[in-house]
Amino acid sequence: MSLAKPDAQDLSKKQKLAVGMGVIGLFILVLALFNLDLPNTSIFLTVSLSLISVGTILFANDAYLTKLKGIKNDGVWFKSISSRGSLGWITGIVLTSFYVVLYFYEGLLGAGVDGAANTGLIGLFDPLSQLLSGRPASQWFVYGTLYTIAILAFGYKFILKYRHNRYEQIRTISVMFFQLAFAFLIPEFMYVMNSDLPYYDLKNVWPLNYYNFEQYRINSFINGGTIGMAMLIFGIVSIFVITPILTFKFGKRWYCSWVCGCGGLAETAGDSFRHLSDKSQSAWKIERWVIHSVLVFVVLMTTAVIYTYLGYDPDKYWLTRDVFLFSVAGFLTLIFALVMIFKRNELGKDARYGAIGYFAIIIALIAIHLFSSKTKLFIFEAETLRTSYGFLIGAIFSGVIGTGFYPIFGNRVWCRFGCPMAAILGFQQRMFSRFRITTNGGQCISCGNCSTYCEMGIDVRAYAQKGENIVRSSCVGCGICSAVCPRGVLKLENDSMKGRINPTEVLLGNDVDLMDLVNQK
Amino acid sequence: MEHIVIIGNGISGVTLARHIRKLSDKKITIVSAETDYFFSRTALMYVYMGHMKFEHTQPYEDWFWRKNRIELVRGYVHHIDTDNKVLKINERDFLSYDKLVIATGSKPNKFGWPGQDLLGVQGLYSKQDLDALEKNAPNNDVCKRAVIVGGGLIGIELAEMLNSRHIPVTFLVRESSFWNGVLPQGESAMINRHIKNHHIDLRLSTNLKEIKSDDNGRVKSIIIEETGEEIPCDVVGLTAGVSPNIDFIKSSNIETGRGVKVNRYLETNIPDVYAIGDCAEQHEAIGNRRPIEAVWYTGRMMGETLAQTICGNRIQYKPGHWFNSAKFLDIEYQTYGWVFSEKSKQDYEQHFHWKHEDDTKCITVAYHKDTNAFLGINTFGIRMRHETFDTWLTENRDVDYVMNHLIEANFDPEFYKHFEKDILSAYNNQLQTA
Repeated sequence: MSLAKPDAQDLSKKQKLAVGMGVIGLFILVLALFNLDLPNTSIFLTVSLSLISVGTILFANDAYLTKLKGIKNDGVWFKSISSRGSLGWITGIVLTSFYVVLYFYEGLLGAGVDGAANTGLIGLFDPLSQLLSGRPASQWFVYGTLYTIAILAFGYKFILKYRHNRYEQIRTISVMFFQLAFAFLIPEFMYVMNSDLPYYDLKNVWPLNYYNFEQYRINSFINGGTIGMAMLIFGIVSIFVITPILTFKFGKRWYCSWVCGCGGLAETAGDSFRHLSDKSQSAWKIERWVIHSVLVFVVLMTTAVIYTYLGYDPDKYWLTRDVFLFSVAGFLTLIFALVMIFKRNELGKDARYGAIGYFAIIIALIAIHLFSSKTKLFIFEAETLRTSYGFLIGAIFSGVIGTGFYPIFGNRVWCRFGCPMAAILGFQQRMFSRFRITTNGGQCISCGNCSTYCEMGIDVRAYAQKGENIVRSSCVGCGICSAVCPRGVLKLENDSMKGRINPTEVLLGNDVDLMDLVNQK
Repeated sequence: MEHIVIIGNGISGVTLARHIRKLSDKKITIVSAETDYFFSRTALMYVYMGHMKFEHTQPYEDWFWRKNRIELVRGYVHHIDTDNKVLKINERDFLSYDKLVIATGSKPNKFGWPGQDLLGVQGLYSKQDLDALEKNAPNNDVCKRAVIVGGGLIGIELAEMLNSRHIPVTFLVRESSFWNGVLPQGESAMINRHIKNHHIDLRLSTNLKEIKSDDNGRVKSIIIEETGEEIPCDVVGLTAGVSPNIDFIKSSNIETGRGVKVNRYLETNIPDVYAIGDCAEQHEAIGNRRPIEAVWYTGRMMGETLAQTICGNRIQYKPGHWFNSAKFLDIEYQTYGWVFSEKSKQDYEQHFHWKHEDDTKCITVAYHKDTNAFLGINTFGIRMRHETFDTWLTENRDVDYVMNHLIEANFDPEFYKHFEKDILSAYNNQLQTA
C-alpha cells in the first residue's frame, strides 16, 4: 500500500492540541515515576489528571461533534494505533510493562516499605488518597484512580462516538457509574466507616473476584459485625441468586458490558481496538478450552482454599470440611445432570467431551481426597493452588495480557479467553436465558462489519447470513454489531426461550414452498 | 460423478455451490476471473473507507472450500462450447462440464460519453475497480476533486467513500432529485438534503457532456451538458447503473438479450445450461419485479432455488414478497412490499408520508386507494422487522391495521425513541383532512 494513503488519518489542529495536553499530563506521571521530587504534589496531581481528562474530552469533541451523527469507523484500519502499526505496538509494550511493574515491582512505583512514606508515582497520589480515606496511597490506589479516569474520559468519548445510539449511551453511563461509585469511591468510604473491612468492590463477583473467600477476608467479614456479615452474604447471594436471575432475563450483558470493571475498561479505553480480535474458527476452539479450564482451575482452587481453613478453627466456622466438600460435589453434579438431561443436544461434541472430562476430574479428585490424607486436597497444597492462580490468572492473564495486549489482540482477550465469571455467565446465556441477537429475515448482505467489530471474535455474519439468531456464550451484548450493520439486520433482544435458536437453510423472502421444504428437515 | 461448473464466485454462484453440496455428492467447480475466494461485493466500500480489510469481506475462511469439496479455478472464460460441453479458460485451458451455471454478475454501464475510457475514469463494481480507486484516489493530494456521474445506489456509496478521505466530490445526477425513479419525492428530497449536509456538491438535473483528457491520457476535467461548465477533476466515477456481464457468451449458442435469457426454472435455451443472479434475464417479469434483478438477495435466492433443480427436484424460481435495503451515508433505508415513485406508480397507489423534524427519519406507506389494501412501506432511519411485514403482506392486511400495529414491526435497538404514536396521529389527521 502506498505511503500516501494515510491522509485520511491526519489529526486536526485541535486534536493535536488535545493529544499534546494528554501527553503532558502523562509526562508529569512519568516524572513522578522517576522519583523527581515534585513540590506540592496535590497541585501536580490535579494538573496531571486534569490534562489527561480534558485532553481526551477535547479530542473527542473535535473528532465527533464536528460531524453528523453516525458510524465513525473511517480509517480505523489505516491508523497506526488501531491497526497494529508502530504506535499500536509501542502502546502495547508500554501498557504491558506498566502491568508487570504494577503487579511485581511496586517498589519501582515508589511504594513505601515498612511504614516509610511513599515516594515517586505512588507518593504523587497520596494527597488524593488522604482526601478520600485518610490513608496514604498504595499502588492499587494509583491503579484504581487511573483506571477510573480512563473509563470516565474514554466513556465520554464513546458516548459522543455513538451519539445516535441510545443503547450504547445508556450502557456506557452504566459502566462509568459502576466504576466510579462501586469500584472507586464506595470502598474508600467504607474504609473510613470501618477500617477492619476488607476492600470490597460489591459488583465484583466470585470467581472474577477469585480471592473473595480467602481466609483473611472471611475473617474480616465475620469480625466486621453486621456490615461485614452483610457483605459476606451479599457475596454469596450474588453468585447463586442475583447473577442467575439477571442472566436469565437479560443475558450476560447485564454484567459484562453494563457493570463489570474489566468490561468497562474494554468498552471505553479499549473501544479503538475491538476490531483486532481473532475471528477464525480455530481461535474459537482455543477460547472454549482455555476459558473453561480457567473456570475449573478457580473452582478447584477456591474449594481447596476454603476447605483448608475450615479445618483450622472448627469453632469459628459452623460449616465443616466434609459438609462443604459434599455440597460442592453435590452442586456440581446437579448442574452437570441437569445440562446432560435437558440440554445435551445443544452442546457441541467437544463441549460434551469437555464437560464430561472436567466433571470426572473434579469428582475423582474429591473422591480421592475422601479416601486419603487430609492435609492435601486435590493432590496439590491449597496454598500452591492459590498462589499459582493469583500469579498466572489474576496477574499475568487478566492484567498483563488482558489489558497490556489491547492494541495487539483486541480489547477483550481476558474476557474472551480467561475470565471464569464470563465462562459461568456465558454457559447460562447459551443454555438458559431469554437473550439473543435476532437477525432480520433475509436482509443480510454478508458485508462483515458485524464480525469485524465484534470484540469477542464472534463471526456474527456466519449466523446473520443464514438468518439464524446469534446465541453464543461469549457474546457480551455490547450491541456494536447491531450498530455498525448497514442494513438493520441485528437486534439485541430478550424474548421467550422458544425458537430462540433457529437455524435455517433458505432465508425469508424466497419461495414459501421451498422454505418449508428445506427448513423443516 | 456429475460435474457442475459455475462461472462466477459471487453470492449467486457460491450459494448455489453450498446448497448443491448440502444436497448431493456432485463434483463442483467454481471459475472466477476476479478473485481467488468469494467476497461480499457490497462491502468493498468499507475497505476503501478503512472500516475493514479486504479479507474481512470474505464470509468463509479459506479452508471452507476444501472441506466442502468445492474446487476453485482462477481464470477467465473466453468461450463456451455447448455442443461438446467444454469451457475455454484463459488462452489454452479447457474445462468440461455436465451442467453449467452462468453467474457472472454485472458490469458498470457506459453510455458512450466522450472520454469514458481515459485513465482515472472508472466504475465501482469489482475488486479490480476497488484497486483502481485506491490508485486513482488514495488521498486528496493525488485526487483534488472527483466527479461522480449517476445518482443511484453505487453513486452515493462512491461519494461516501471519497468523502471519507476528504476528497471533494461533485455528484452529477440526471434526475431532478436523487434516485426519484425509485423513491417517492418526500424521501428523495430528504436524501438530497442529507447529501448536501455531508458537503457533497450535489448537482441535480445535470448531465455529463464529455470527459476531457490531459496530455498523458488522464482525465483532466469534465464538461456539463446543460451549462457547459468545466469542472477540473482527477477521477471520474461512472455509476449510471449496471448491466449483465455476458460479453463472453455472445460467441456461444446460448440465447441472450440484455442478460442470459432464462425461464422460470432458470434454464437457458440450451439443456444443462442455467443462469442465475444479476446476469439472468427472465423472459417475462415476475410480478412487479424487473426481468433483470441486480440485487444481492435475489442472487442468493436464485442460488437456493437452482440447487434444488440441479439435484433432481425441479422447481421454479418463485421469489416471495419484495424487500430490499440500502444505506445513504448515515441514513438506513429498508423497503418491504412495493412503494413506487410518483414517476412509476399506478393510479390506485396512494401514499401516506411521515417525516421526523430532524430530517433523517421518514416513512412512506403505499396502499390501494379503493380497497385500502397495504401495498408496501419505505422506511428511512427506523429499522423494521422483515418477518412482520412479510406476514402482513401474505395476510393482505389493510393499511389501517398496519398503521395501528406498526410498533410490532419496530426493529430499532433497545432504548431507541419510538415514533409510532406520532406516525399514527399524523396518519389519522391526514384521513380527517382528506
